[in-house]
Amino acid sequence: MATVLFWILALVSVIASISMVTTKNPVRSALFLVVTFLCVAVFYVILSAQFIAAVQIIVYAGAIMVLFLFVIMLLNLGTPQALVERGSLQPAFAVVLGISFAVTLVMSGSFVTLPAVAAQPEVYEPLGTVRGIGINLFDPKQPWLFPFEATSILLLIAVVGAIVMAKRKV
Amino acid sequence: MITTQHFLVLSAILFTTGVIGVLVKRNPIVIFMCIELMLNAANLSFVALGRHFGQVNGQMYVIFALAVAAAEVSIGLGIIVAIFRAKETINIDEMNLMKF
Repeated sequence: MATVLFWILALVSVIASISMVTTKNPVRSALFLVVTFLCVAVFYVILSAQFIAAVQIIVYAGAIMVLFLFVIMLLNLGTPQALVERGSLQPAFAVVLGISFAVTLVMSGSFVTLPAVAAQPEVYEPLGTVRGIGINLFDPKQPWLFPFEATSILLLIAVVGAIVMAKRKV
Repeated sequence: MITTQHFLVLSAILFTTGVIGVLVKRNPIVIFMCIELMLNAANLSFVALGRHFGQVNGQMYVIFALAVAAAEVSIGLGIIVAIFRAKETINIDEMNLMKF
């Protein structure tokens, strides 16, 4: 079941991401990216990271993509002719170098022998749920508490920065 | 049977698609989307390796990467809107103010 789902969604996500790069219309790019995000969310469920899957759909497919579409509509870039792609050798070089990069990554990903671990059960009930994430995130004996607090400051800085950027005069 | 290698190879393919998109596209918003795709590919390999070792650390890194991605998108799109206001275009070839 999980195997069939993986192969179907792997195909869908790769096709959607390639369509995202090749299409001229920014709105279509955004919608193809949403498809890829949803496929990645299902991969997280297959990897028994349920909380991350829910956050992926809420934050990425929800908030971030709405922000992208909002800016596209705001700047009136929805028409395909808004930006003329200049004809040059750059895309050809990019594709050639990208394919060699992909071959390098795939070789290193598929031929590396991961350290052997004890056989894992098919489903980690306590690991990827909200309970498992929360217990580990807020455990003082683990190093995640300080990064969590630092993240709140980062988000505060982002809010202030976005307001400063959007104001006409400071 | 799906192994961790399957997820790593899929993550590599998605990451490379994002890299090619960053190199090819002329629209900074689409370039941002490609960066998001690359972040997602990296997150996928984090979660896959965390599942491989039976540890929660990979998912923790994904949570922090999500927060950083949200901050990055809000600031980046704000910069794009500001540039559009100043120059009436967002073609990446015409943004050469900081080019040496």
